[in-house]
Amino acid sequence: MKTVFKRKKISGILGVLPQSEILFEDEVGNYTFPEKQTLRLKKVMGYEKHCVVKESTSSSDLCIAGLEYLLSKEMIVKGDIGAIVVISATPDYFMPNISNIIQGKMEFSNSVFCIDISQGCVGYLHGLASAFMLLEHLDNKKVLLFNVDTLSKKVSKQDRNSYPLIGDAATITIVENDHKAKDIHFCLYNDGGRRNALIIPAGGSRLPCSPETAIMSDLDNDGNLRSLDNLKMNGTDVFTFVQTEVPPLIEEILVYSGYNKEEIDWYLFHQPNKFMLKKLAEKIGIPYEKMPMNIVENYGNPSGASIPITTVHNLGDSLKDNKYNCCLSAFGSGLTWAAMTMELGEMDFCEMFVSNL
Amino acid sequence: MKRIRNILLELRPEFDFEESTDFIDDGFLDSFDMVSLVSSLEEEFGILIDALDIVPENFSSVEAIAVVVHKNGGEI
Repeated sequence: MKTVFKRKKISGILGVLPQSEILFEDEVGNYTFPEKQTLRLKKVMGYEKHCVVKESTSSSDLCIAGLEYLLSKEMIVKGDIGAIVVISATPDYFMPNISNIIQGKMEFSNSVFCIDISQGCVGYLHGLASAFMLLEHLDNKKVLLFNVDTLSKKVSKQDRNSYPLIGDAATITIVENDHKAKDIHFCLYNDGGRRNALIIPAGGSRLPCSPETAIMSDLDNDGNLRSLDNLKMNGTDVFTFVQTEVPPLIEEILVYSGYNKEEIDWYLFHQPNKFMLKKLAEKIGIPYEKMPMNIVENYGNPSGASIPITTVHNLGDSLKDNKYNCCLSAFGSGLTWAAMTMELGEMDFCEMFVSNL
Repeated sequence: MKRIRNILLELRPEFDFEESTDFIDDGFLDSFDMVSLVSSLEEEFGILIDALDIVPENFSSVEAIAVVVHKNGGEI
């Protein structure tokens, strides 16, 4: 897909974090690898600490905690909302949808359009594109876009490939029409032929969860213990995919939108790990300073919520008074990769909320 | 070559790299070791290794690693 969205803007972003932070050093003993070898990854990959929800917390709990915060501070008005869009790979249930849970618990009007979209790391750009399209049919109402994942529940704690880097989080983005907004350019690609590079094998209709799928073992003879219920990532394949597909995508979106590299103030990318982002910045030819890569070390990789968490953490309040030309890009399960150029700024709010979840 | 061997020994002291014909196939280096190795090589040789050179076959032997270092501007 390649298109231009007109007269749309983001007017607020709230990051919602769990209370609990776990230090990488406290988890080193969980892995089968020599401690020294594992600790070496701290600096290179940016493993420091990550945020993980409590056992009893579901994805919708994080969304509702953030929404209650926004409503209590009168940062949004319930009656202004025309649609609730939720992007998540970790729903509370197969049915009902998280958007329906939010609508019901928070007593939004029955006429609010509710939809969940199952998507991983590219979830923010999928969500924005969906919100922009919905806004064509909502008159002057706004879209509440939720990006939420609680992947800590789907990743084995003994999988050094994945567990140290994942982080649970939600974000709430307010998307609305604005007749003065600059054009937003968007490109998205998929290659389902490489879908097995990131997969949770069991739990769906192909292979329902069972005692057999929960058995922990070194399935790939790589020293990582996981079951078929857990997320499996082929790190080498994902790294090569990102470094091969994303640089030309960024070139394409810049040409399409008419920006040169220097005119972009911030490259707000998905946050897989520091090493991958540094290599990406080098390959694209942009300074590290313009591409924040500090989310894994502070919160872990929050999957589809990574771009808004990156935005809040690095730009925060400065987005209330300033405007920046931004290039957003995400890449992950599917495999899917996407980029968007848009002006961000003059927001009503852009902040982080730490919940007690 | 000695500088590369020293980095490998520092990285995985439990292995005798002279005994291996393929560090990856023999299980001496996994994908995360490759990341650590790239970081150490960049520091040691003052280079930046191209992302597309970071594939298992380029780290399967001391000779293969030397080719990558040289290709990215390092003096062996």
